[in-house]
Amino acid sequence: MKAFESKKRHNEIKEQLIKFTLITAASVSILTTFGVLFSILFEAIEFFQMRSFWYFITGTEWSPGVADSKFGALPIFSGTFIITLIAMAVALPIGLGSAIFMSEYASPKLRSKLKPLLEILAGIPTVVYGFFAAITVAPFIVNFFTLLGVQASFNSALASGIVMGIMIIPVISSLSDDVISAVPDSQRKASLALGMTMSETIKNIVLPSALPGIISATLLGLSKALGETMIVVMAAGLRPNLSWNILEDMTTVTVRIVDALVGDHEFNSPDTLSAFALGLILFIVTLVLNIISVALIRKFKEKYKINTL
Amino acid sequence: MKNINNKTLSDNPFYDPSLSKRHSKARRFKIFTITCIVFALSFLVFFLGDMIVKGLPAFQQSYMQIDVSYNDKTIASTRKAIDKKYRRIVSRAWLRNIPNQVEESPELMNTTQSTWVLVNHQVDQYMKGHYFKIKSKELKIIEDMHAQGKLQLQFNRIFFTQGDSKIPENSGLKSAIIGSILTLLVTMVVAFPMGVMTAVYLEEFADDNRWTQFIEVNINNLAAIPSILFGLLGLAVFINLFGLPRSSPLVGGLTLALMTLPIIIVSSRAALRSVPDSIRQAGYGLGLTKVQVVQDHVLPLAFPGIMTGSIIGLAHAMGETAPLIIIGMIAFIPDSPGSIFEAATVMPAQIFTWAGMPERAYIERTAAGIMVLLSVLISLNALAIILRKKFEVKW
Amino acid sequence: MTTNPNDISSNTIDDSSAQKIPETKITVRDLNLYYGDNHALHNIDMDIYKNKITALIGPSGCGKSTFLRCLNRMNDLINSVRVDGEVFIDNKNIYDKDVDEVSVRKRVGMVFQQPNPFPKSIYDNVSYAPLKHGFVKKGNSCNELVEKSLIQAGLWEEVKDKLSQPGTSLSGGQQQRLCIARTIAVQPDIILMDEPTSALDPISTEKIEALMLELKEKYAIITVTHNMQQAGRVADYTAFFHMGDLIEYADTETIFINPGKKKTEDYITGRYG
Ligand SMILES: Nc1ncnc2c1ncn2[C@@H]1O[C@H](COP(=O)(O)OP(=O)(O)OP(=O)(O)O)[C@@H](O)[C@H]1O
Ligand SMILES: [Mg+2]
Repeated sequence: MKAFESKKRHNEIKEQLIKFTLITAASVSILTTFGVLFSILFEAIEFFQMRSFWYFITGTEWSPGVADSKFGALPIFSGTFIITLIAMAVALPIGLGSAIFMSEYASPKLRSKLKPLLEILAGIPTVVYGFFAAITVAPFIVNFFTLLGVQASFNSALASGIVMGIMIIPVISSLSDDVISAVPDSQRKASLALGMTMSETIKNIVLPSALPGIISATLLGLSKALGETMIVVMAAGLRPNLSWNILEDMTTVTVRIVDALVGDHEFNSPDTLSAFALGLILFIVTLVLNIISVALIRKFKEKYKINTL
Repeated sequence: MKNINNKTLSDNPFYDPSLSKRHSKARRFKIFTITCIVFALSFLVFFLGDMIVKGLPAFQQSYMQIDVSYNDKTIASTRKAIDKKYRRIVSRAWLRNIPNQVEESPELMNTTQSTWVLVNHQVDQYMKGHYFKIKSKELKIIEDMHAQGKLQLQFNRIFFTQGDSKIPENSGLKSAIIGSILTLLVTMVVAFPMGVMTAVYLEEFADDNRWTQFIEVNINNLAAIPSILFGLLGLAVFINLFGLPRSSPLVGGLTLALMTLPIIIVSSRAALRSVPDSIRQAGYGLGLTKVQVVQDHVLPLAFPGIMTGSIIGLAHAMGETAPLIIIGMIAFIPDSPGSIFEAATVMPAQIFTWAGMPERAYIERTAAGIMVLLSVLISLNALAIILRKKFEVKW
Repeated sequence: MTTNPNDISSNTIDDSSAQKIPETKITVRDLNLYYGDNHALHNIDMDIYKNKITALIGPSGCGKSTFLRCLNRMNDLINSVRVDGEVFIDNKNIYDKDVDEVSVRKRVGMVFQQPNPFPKSIYDNVSYAPLKHGFVKKGNSCNELVEKSLIQAGLWEEVKDKLSQPGTSLSGGQQQRLCIARTIAVQPDIILMDEPTSALDPISTEKIEALMLELKEKYAIITVTHNMQQAGRVADYTAFFHMGDLIEYADTETIFINPGKKKTEDYITGRYG
């Protein structure tokens, strides 16, 4: 009897121990997020103790590594913005068009084949895209514009923007396809029964209903473009360039982060720490985009009472 | 409309000329969507084709059959082992290796052998029909040798048996492959148990309280953080704070583990959720505790799904480059790392390094490296799909 | 038989007071329909009249909805469907090659079982199709059409102050009337209704039924119903389907009081006896 009691106690302790281990493991994910946040935040704060935050946000000259170094990130932000814009201009129409084809026109069988094929694009490592951008797309763009009599840089924003856009197509198409397919069929039928064509039904009824999901997909794609590193490191420039000309070389936040941290720098110099200041901005922007995106998807799910997205 | 002369049209009460415009608009829209998907897919084809066209040549390398003399003099000064006229043709790396050859097979000593010798990358590029820079004197020799069949393309073993090298014809993927294996080992050892435990906690034990919700939101956010920021974390915490060795598979693996965690958690949760509640009820009915039910009945059933998700997570980690660059895993590593504490590089980082090299010979090696990497990734994903298909149970 | 005789007699009175020989609107000849290998409709012959309500009754799965969808070619949207036979509307076979199914649907409106307003404002729900069809331009003429349609659908008084609110914010019955208004706004000749009241409460059902009786002054109405009383109350003609066959088709009185076929009687008494 006593042995039994002690065995039971032993079991209880074991149960508690296992549960405790599980909770600890679950908390690691939290620890990681905050780890990322704080490791970036502390170094960034250190940077802003040395340099003006205001000039960082609004200054137009970025010149680390020299005696009179300046850290005005505006041209870096503008380069990031323009390359992202090009990427979205490629990815949004193609991704959305593909999603519409898969969910509205393709048979279920064809759709089940196309979707994984598109997702291969998402599985290709970004370093591979970077190589493709640098070695195939960039020279093509230079040659193409030379034919037109326009000079383009080998590190043009256009080349990395286009390739980045291709990388993001599956992000947009996959999620958009899910939400478009989730729009109830009764709405399509109602519209078609009124004598509407398929495309009118899609444009006026289906897409507006799926809009929150499509916006959510777009924001996710945007966040991916902003944080994308390898393509721009390999195909975009290093030069902070405040310009609208997409044929010129431009640099991005991620390129400058890599540039600041690769090689043997003294860790506590503003040159190195500037990477963390840029990282902080990137962290905040992508986090906000993700939070909005998740909220929109949740709204969509509630509207159509779906749990499968 | 009623007065149209054409009899067949006026007979048709459904004739509606305004529709033809709308129909052609509808057709155009459909064609647009088809164009989109065709573009996306043809890009995939073009892209893979481009890599194969660029990368295939790297699986062959040029060798030349010449006399090599092995003796004390040539070991001391390896240049002298071959005829003077071949000195600008044969690879420096091959010559440098002569003493090792003799050490391995001492019977070579004091002989002269007609051997297939590795040639340098310019000659190799000539053989592959690419752009090359060779002086006319050497070019003539090469053309002669080629015509006699004494200069040939052979399978490129070096690509798989050597590490990185500043001499293009002598560079290979081996140290990067070993670096990748060590790094991913660390990643999986950390991320797999951690991810599965988190999933088990969230699915089986957690009450739906604030803390749980907070964890869930967090996992979602974690998945959306740009990978490069994990590099910043690795640099600031693992290297600067904990003092772990820079460029090591240990730090790289830990960094990747944190990135892989959300993928494993999400897929493991889905796998656990697909185990029907009746299984759990049956377990409780037998008087088992919650831990026992989960351990003995739920987990085994969810295991294939968990494995599938983990393999996909592994594939993701394998292709990741940006955070590893930040923690220094792009160092020049000619010799394979012996442990997780030594400096190492990984396959995608090796690809990145080669892509930045000025010599043209590295382009084909970059593309070939990409082919190897993509083959591994595709195999992993195929394995995941097979696992899922094989164990897919319809409850 | 417990069918309310008053309803039926009121229908009879209606008919006799109209004193018109009904004008044929739709003529169905030898209609067969296949879902892949499933032969869902067998040799249907049927004349459907203008300004009348025709009810389709029969056990679940007998092909009522399928038949209804043949009349506006909604079946074309289902991949596996094959249709043989002829459906004449105004003496034109709508399955002829030179007939555009979109223009058929413009002339033959449809109301579904579940109210399915678009997630747009009440106003946009009604104005969407007429604007696209170019019946009206944005502005006064469109406002008038929306108002007229909502009045006809008996919804105007309830929604005139909140036209910009989403259609989905209305009650189920109101939503269904909105769907009817939306259909009327396209100015069809024929309105198909597939169990339009089965998802509604009794009071909303009553309103819809009253509306149907009003609408038949202008349109040919074909409705599917599982509710025998409803068929008795509103329909001038009733068709009984069974396993893809049209068993019996006659004026409602005959079907309910004096059915010619045993199956019809069994079905009707099965429900009521
Ligand atoms: N989209 C479809 N694809 C394949 N078969 C179908 C489809 N719709 C209906 N059927 C089949 O056609 C037959 C008739 O179905 P239909 O929906 O017309 O019946 P119904 O009389 O309307 O039934 P209910 O009263 O339940 O609405 C059934 O056997 C059904 O399984
Ligand atoms: Mg039906």
